[in-house]
Amino acid sequence: VDTSDMYINGPLQVNTDHAASQSNPKSGWEAKVVEFFKDRLKEKDAHTWVPSLNDVPLHYLKPNSLVKFRCLIQDMFDPEFFMGAYETVDPSTNVLRCGRYKDVTECGVDFNSRNTVTAERQTFYCVPIPGENPWVKEISSSSRVVPSTSYAPTRQKRSYEEDDMDDMDTQPQKQREPHSGHTEQHGNGDCKRQETEAPSSQTASASHLDLNFPLPGEKGPSCLVKVYEDWDSFKLNDTLEVFGILSVSPALSALADEKDASSSILDPTESMETAEEQRVHSPPASLVPRLHMLYARPLPHNNPLLPSATLEDNSAFLSSTLSEMASVRAELLTYLTHVLLGDALAAEYLILHLISNVYARRDVLPLGKFAMNLSGCPAAALYTQRFYQIIQQLVPSSFYLGMSLQNMNQMRLVPKKDYVANRLVSGALQLARNTFLFLDETHLEQGQLDTTGVRNVTALGNLISWQKVDYDFNYHQMEFPCNINVLIASEGRSLLPSDCQIHLQSQVSPPNMEEYLSNIQLHPQTSSQLNKFRIYLSVARQLDYSISDEMTKSVEDDFVDMRKDDPQSVSAEDLHRMLVVARLLSLSLGQTSLTRDSWLRAKHIDMLRRSRMEQHQCVNGNEP
Amino acid sequence: MSSPTSTPGRKRGRDGNPATPSSEGPTSPPSQRRRGQDSSNGDLMPMPTSPATDMLSPAAPQDTSLFSSPRASVLPNEVDMSSPLMYGTPSSRVEGTPRSSVRGTPARQRPDLGSVRKAPQVDLHSEPPSADGAVASEPNAGQRLVIWGTDVNVGTCKEKFQRFLQRFIDPTATEDENAGLDLNEPLYMQKLEEISVVGDPVLNVNCLQVQSFDAELYRQLICYPQEVIPTFDMAVNELFFERFPDSILEYQIQVRPYNALKTRNMRSLNPEDIDQLITISGMVIRTSQLIPEMQEAFFQCQVCAYSTRVEVDRGRIAEPAVCRHCNNTHSLALVHNRSAFSDKQMIKIQESPEDMPAGQTPHTTIVYAHNDLVDKVQPGDRINITGIYRAVPMRVSPIQSNVKSVYKTHIDAIHFRKTDEKRLHGLDEDAEQKLFTEDRVQTLKELAAKPDVYERLSSALAPSIYEHEDIKKGILLQLFGGTRKDFSQTGRGNFRAEVNILLCGDPGTSKSQLLQYVFNLVPRGQYTSGKGSSAVGLTAYVMKDPETRQLVLQTGALVLSDNGICCIDEFDKMSDSTRSVLHEVMEQQTLSIAKAGIICQLNARTAVLAAANPVESQWNPKKTTIENIQLPHTLLSRFDLIFLMLDPQDEAYDRRLAHHLVSLYYQSEEQIEEEFLDMAVLRDYIAYARTYINPRLSEEASQALIEAYVDMRKIGSGRGMVSAYPRQLESLIRLAEAHAKVRFSEKVETIDVEEAKRLHREALKQSATDPRTGFVDISILTTGMSATARKRKEEVAQALKKLIQAKGKTPAMKYQQLLDDLRGQSETAITKELFDEALRSLADEDYLTVTGKTVRLLA
Repeated sequence: VDTSDMYINGPLQVNTDHAASQSNPKSGWEAKVVEFFKDRLKEKDAHTWVPSLNDVPLHYLKPNSLVKFRCLIQDMFDPEFFMGAYETVDPSTNVLRCGRYKDVTECGVDFNSRNTVTAERQTFYCVPIPGENPWVKEISSSSRVVPSTSYAPTRQKRSYEEDDMDDMDTQPQKQREPHSGHTEQHGNGDCKRQETEAPSSQTASASHLDLNFPLPGEKGPSCLVKVYEDWDSFKLNDTLEVFGILSVSPALSALADEKDASSSILDPTESMETAEEQRVHSPPASLVPRLHMLYARPLPHNNPLLPSATLEDNSAFLSSTLSEMASVRAELLTYLTHVLLGDALAAEYLILHLISNVYARRDVLPLGKFAMNLSGCPAAALYTQRFYQIIQQLVPSSFYLGMSLQNMNQMRLVPKKDYVANRLVSGALQLARNTFLFLDETHLEQGQLDTTGVRNVTALGNLISWQKVDYDFNYHQMEFPCNINVLIASEGRSLLPSDCQIHLQSQVSPPNMEEYLSNIQLHPQTSSQLNKFRIYLSVARQLDYSISDEMTKSVEDDFVDMRKDDPQSVSAEDLHRMLVVARLLSLSLGQTSLTRDSWLRAKHIDMLRRSRMEQHQCVNGNEP
Repeated sequence: MSSPTSTPGRKRGRDGNPATPSSEGPTSPPSQRRRGQDSSNGDLMPMPTSPATDMLSPAAPQDTSLFSSPRASVLPNEVDMSSPLMYGTPSSRVEGTPRSSVRGTPARQRPDLGSVRKAPQVDLHSEPPSADGAVASEPNAGQRLVIWGTDVNVGTCKEKFQRFLQRFIDPTATEDENAGLDLNEPLYMQKLEEISVVGDPVLNVNCLQVQSFDAELYRQLICYPQEVIPTFDMAVNELFFERFPDSILEYQIQVRPYNALKTRNMRSLNPEDIDQLITISGMVIRTSQLIPEMQEAFFQCQVCAYSTRVEVDRGRIAEPAVCRHCNNTHSLALVHNRSAFSDKQMIKIQESPEDMPAGQTPHTTIVYAHNDLVDKVQPGDRINITGIYRAVPMRVSPIQSNVKSVYKTHIDAIHFRKTDEKRLHGLDEDAEQKLFTEDRVQTLKELAAKPDVYERLSSALAPSIYEHEDIKKGILLQLFGGTRKDFSQTGRGNFRAEVNILLCGDPGTSKSQLLQYVFNLVPRGQYTSGKGSSAVGLTAYVMKDPETRQLVLQTGALVLSDNGICCIDEFDKMSDSTRSVLHEVMEQQTLSIAKAGIICQLNARTAVLAAANPVESQWNPKKTTIENIQLPHTLLSRFDLIFLMLDPQDEAYDRRLAHHLVSLYYQSEEQIEEEFLDMAVLRDYIAYARTYINPRLSEEASQALIEAYVDMRKIGSGRGMVSAYPRQLESLIRLAEAHAKVRFSEKVETIDVEEAKRLHREALKQSATDPRTGFVDISILTTGMSATARKRKEEVAQALKKLIQAKGKTPAMKYQQLLDDLRGQSETAITKELFDEALRSLADEDYLTVTGKTVRLLA
């Protein structure tokens, strides 16, 4: 436990210790250090000790300490070369120093030294997971409080830190840091809330700096993550939990300022980097801290209620949830039926939609996507907004896109490369996997879409049909696959494609819709119940699924039979959809392989849905 | 001997002032004062080893014993012999002729090689130079001398390169740069001759040729370009002026190597490449304004007007504190007008989309172009750039001791080569084509030799889409395309070689998916949707470039898919004006543009794969294709194959379909791969066939084609209709050629014609069957109406006329009334459309006129 504390607060110390212990810098000590940290972090609950950039305001974090950051890779900058090892000019302190995990070198560097090792690292621009819902933030920040196993080392830590502080040029607030840090660990929620408010005012004051969040109105720190190895394994839009060394050296900002002022005359090469590029690539460290990655964990989901280990590794958790799944599903179904004005079928489909996931791609075809069009939404009383707020409580990340004419014509949905600032300007469709995207078509009014509007609608169409977004690189487009659950709420049939359309049939007609809905919302869904739903949805999505040869045969027979009766009624498209429905239905019940019952049930609900659509068509009088 | 620091009058990049004769002499900027050059006129000045010191010691002894350069005898007061600039100019040969053009040929500085390290030569066998700058070597002829920090010996290197220039012959060279040269003569000597005639003192040297000639020399070139290239310059100039002593050049010849074997992707650049010669490919995304970079600062004393020049070292000017003339301190002021500048431009290149792994963003690199390479490239150009990779530490501030530990990297460009230039000229794109390895070619050939290759390939196409064998086969032939024929001499221009295909059918029959697959398969494919594209989006539009504020032509999907396939989904939803641009593209394969003063014709040799939905959302089998999709027949006749994607209603088919779909969803990745050909193999196969196979019609095949055509004509003639047009014959030829390509056969044979006939017939059977008679009637596609339909129309018109005549003298009638009357009279059902058409044809005869809901008789 002693060391665990040490490594959180002074990883560079550990680092240097290792460096010092190895006389020869090339003996691979770096690998050992990284191993050391990885091992530490793998220890039981060790990662909960590490403060998270997501919930602790930056100015409470100690520079050069180990922090974690839950984020999405928004942009990848060019690789940079740095001094992996260097010597100082001053001969008295002439030792080989390590430049890794640091932005700024110490003392004067001897540029002509033969021992200078040039190394390469990659910079990722990371933002907090876009659309992450408040409950996720709340739970993940409070979860740090829970494993308060030992406070013995904290005292030690304090003294250690205080010693350390003296020879560091720290801002006054940092001296307060250990104190407030402890109160937090003791689980004082109120105190924490105050703290989280602090950075928001900070960002507001610095609003001239565009932090390039994909979604409007997002808050939180963005971070320049420096990756030292294996950066090819990361992809754009990956969600990660990065463990690394925080670097907020004020020297970084100072360097940037000074550069603007004086040296540009002397060195024309500096001034050629445009001001925008400068601003984007080296923003002040107080706003965009640097994080030197030691280790990154890809996040299959960002639900803090699930154990961090993968499901396969955590069989105890899995089996307990699996056994409960059917009952939780029934509760959730009741709840959603209530929300959907008593329409149980729509609620059933909504559950399927919420657990859908693109699990594979066959040539261009994404398998497992289940974009849903919920038509017949009452336009009155902001039903769709209320509905979204309820879903928001269930899924870890989501985004509400009102498809008003203005939004469609003005919003930037598709990310675009800005060559002046040399960055990828984000768009609302740059979302993490399994983000719930709610398209509200009830806001659509009459008018004309301009060029941007047409492009945006096309992008949405592509997203739904192929689960890909073509990022605009000005001279060419680049295709980025995505995995986003799209739900379109509309009054009539949506103008966008969808995998399945279901018409909402209100069973109840509350006299006062507003009241009815706010009742649902305020209805004390106890947080334990909500948490059960949240866990259920995330787990169901992660389950494996298979289909036996026997079932394959029976499905085939069924299809042939259906076609025999009425070839017009069932097409290949329908079979595609029914297979997806059957899969999702099985998973929603916690079954990992298709059973005869589920197949029949899938067929049944699909039939119900279609008959409802036909009815609806007759009502519309669209018949030829 | 003048001090090197005050050598004036050199050819400058910007000002171009003629040098003052008094101190005339080619001198170099600091960047040129390098060890490589030093050696040419004697060598081994005891240079300070500290790289930071770049001032030549004025006391540098002139030692000419090692290399008996003839220049050693030049009058010392005329030319600064200690200047390394002296390399290469054999001025001594014409010694005594004052201001001779040869001797006067100034060396032009090469900022592209600009050095920050300046190191002397050292003797390998002696001690390495100690830190305080003492050089341990002596000018001893027996010792092996190399440039400090390298293993390059200037003498040998120069000799080797001269030998290369004099002897290198490559009879197989095919590059366009060698056009007009005799391949059996030494290549570079011919190029030198060209230089002497043209006067453009740049010699491009293909590194691969250097490698094949002398691998060691090549290695040195790659590893120490900064040292070796000036040596090459030296060698080439000596050789050139020896051979063409009278030629006048603007400045001395500069060697520009290109095509370094280490050609790499931008992504694979790493610290090991620093200061090495590299060739990378990429796309220009930004170019900066021209930047005048100061090479030499001119200072003048405010007190006594004494002037001095200071060379810029690593972006810094050491301002002289004391005037040497009057000893006043801080009296010197910089005079910008008289300082020397060179051109510089910053270019940003981005890696080309093909080189990138999926899911990552492209990398960019900064390139500096110097002197005449400035403005050689424009944003959007695809280029191969050869240059030296540099890493410069971030500026050290004198106040702060902490520095950012990051280097800035860039490439100093030595040579640009546009890769897409050729596309404008000819059809071949050898340069761009993938190079296939021997193994790959072998696999492909083995595959081609299999008897069922055609079936195999067609089933490998879009395996996730079930059945539709003939459609897949059609698309496969489209991917291969016919043979290009050029009849421009006889005035007919190019014949279309691309096969156009239209898919129509019910919604949800995976048409779009097929299109997406093709779009992903071909290297230059475009995917547009008829709904979302406008005429300009397909062709080209003129816009103001936000940066340069010039009008530029932006090309649309059809031009971008030149030599590829343009997939157009929802073809029926396209507006008429948009569709009309397709007429030219689909037959002439060009696009004519007249917009904003830009009048031009662009190549659009693209195959069109379109998908259309029936107007009534469901295909009506009782109607013809034209009626179902409501496209103009002029456009339809330009499609070689029109397929219907309908649901076959058959139990066996259903079973197979179900099996296919279920396994699609639940088969593991490996199983899928076992069953089908890899997409990469398919892609290579197509690329190979498109590049290397150009089948021609054999005698029998031509005969078979003629027969097929005559047969097709005959079918219709019995019923008084034309059933085939020359366009159908052309289609048959294209399809037959494409099928021969599939077999990797250089000759079109009868089997190819048979398959073409079969496919064509199948497509016709689907799309051109007259639903009323059940006959295949080509006129449905060519004139938009089947022969029987036309007959029927006439009959109705006549019946209507009779009806009106029977009514007697009513000058005006109600439309609805008339329709009801006609319906009551006729024994067959009369649709409203039919009635309208009958009215129209009577109106054409000037018999009546229709205004709103009233029909008026004329005359």
